[in-house]
Amino acid sequence: MQYLVSVIDDDDTQANDDEMAAVTAFNRRLRADGHWIFAGGLAAPESATVIDNRADAAVFSDGPFIETKEHLAGLWIIEAADLDEALKLGAEASKHCNRKLEVRPFVDL
Amino acid sequence: MTSDNLDETITRTYHEQWARVVAGLARRFGDLDLAEESTAEAFATAVARWPVEGVPPNPGAWLTVTANRRAIDRIRREAKRDDKQKQAQQMYDVPPEPTAAIEDDRLRLIFTCCHPALSVEARVALTLRLVGGLTVPEIARAFLIQEPALGRRITRAKSKIKSARIPYRVPSADDLPGRLAGVLTVLYLIFNEGYLATGPGTDPVRRELTTEAIRLTRLVCELMPHDGEVAGLLALMLLSEARHDARVSATGELVPLQEQDRGSWDAAMIAEGHAIVRERVATEVPPGRYQMLAAINAVHTDAADARDTDWSQIVALYDQLLRIDPSPIVALNRAVAVAELDGPEVALSLVDRLDPALAGYHAYHVTRAELLRRLGRSQESRAAYDTAIGLAGNSAETAYLSRRRDQLGVRPPAD
Repeated sequence: MQYLVSVIDDDDTQANDDEMAAVTAFNRRLRADGHWIFAGGLAAPESATVIDNRADAAVFSDGPFIETKEHLAGLWIIEAADLDEALKLGAEASKHCNRKLEVRPFVDL
Repeated sequence: MTSDNLDETITRTYHEQWARVVAGLARRFGDLDLAEESTAEAFATAVARWPVEGVPPNPGAWLTVTANRRAIDRIRREAKRDDKQKQAQQMYDVPPEPTAAIEDDRLRLIFTCCHPALSVEARVALTLRLVGGLTVPEIARAFLIQEPALGRRITRAKSKIKSARIPYRVPSADDLPGRLAGVLTVLYLIFNEGYLATGPGTDPVRRELTTEAIRLTRLVCELMPHDGEVAGLLALMLLSEARHDARVSATGELVPLQEQDRGSWDAAMIAEGHAIVRERVATEVPPGRYQMLAAINAVHTDAADARDTDWSQIVALYDQLLRIDPSPIVALNRAVAVAELDGPEVALSLVDRLDPALAGYHAYHVTRAELLRRLGRSQESRAAYDTAIGLAGNSAETAYLSRRRDQLGVRPPAD
């Protein structure tokens, strides 16, 4: 089962060297243990562009997250047997990246 | 069998078998919704058929078979519409287990209902519904919430269990202490809501909740007989519940411990509570929070007269409790015992040091009011009673505090 682990941040500072090193080591372990699907850090929310092309005329605008206090700073997609395993990995991830996280399952198809 | 006997048999069977049947079905089909609904249907069938056909020789087995059939019928019906059957089977990868594991099923159910990824309110509601077998209207009434809101809460929790794949199992040894503490918190919360029910115009004590909390704790105790904290919580509940008749007066006022008619305490519950506390002390395993609270209650209920209470032992137990749970509420309760040992002045200085952590807690103001009263500081005492009455949610407690305040004989301060 796959889970999205969203990294929640409340300021724009990028991860520092210690955090980066801890995350890199953690990611290596995720790969070795078969939990790794994907991970990545995101640039500041100001860099985001919202696109609405539902009416067949693409409208671009600044990201809605720019006004919110908390924003998505990065994400993991992990493979875990169940929520207990996902939460355990999430708890470790939160420590390593030194940020709050949300763990959310993908719809199981 | 007379109809009274039959009703009693059905009620007893319901209490004994509900969690067992739900838990077994949940393991077999991996779907709590299906387990709950099929079990409810099986009991409805029993209520309709047993008076006519007689009670089967093994009611538990009959219910399990009936509920299983209902579940399979449901799956077949739904499988025609979509691929639910496959989905239900894939929900959890739990291998089929021998029937000897049946005790574990109920424990699995309890740990799943009390999973930390669910909100506390959801854990309470799910535990009462799926493990306790209380109906949605019964739970809604006990917690003074609207039935649809409670129904939604339970539905949301079940759907989170399914879609986030909260596992249906007893936690591993590493996780067990923390997870068990979460289960005990839920049980104690249910007990306390019954013991000191909140909300004006409601029964001050909701025995359906205290009784249910004791029944559930007893079950966890049977399933985990070697855990001291589960036993401690059961003893604590028994020693508190034993005083239910004496706790509220005929006029609906809360009666404080020292004024209670000790003859009306439930001797059997007290004996059972004391026996558990003695057993735990004999193990010489360092006690946790619930065992210490039980021990404190054992000292209280050991005194035939309030004046015989061994306050020095109570203070010593609170000292011990403070070392593992240094919360202001424990410190407040310790101060109440200190008042009996060293006098109200010493106690008041301890209590006043606790502010502001407890400023919103009614018992803090009750304690101050009582201590100030004993020191003859009536005007301040009155003000403290006023604050306490404003914060207390329990109708019997409000009645008692109002009378205490009015006895002071001081006028409310002029505006």
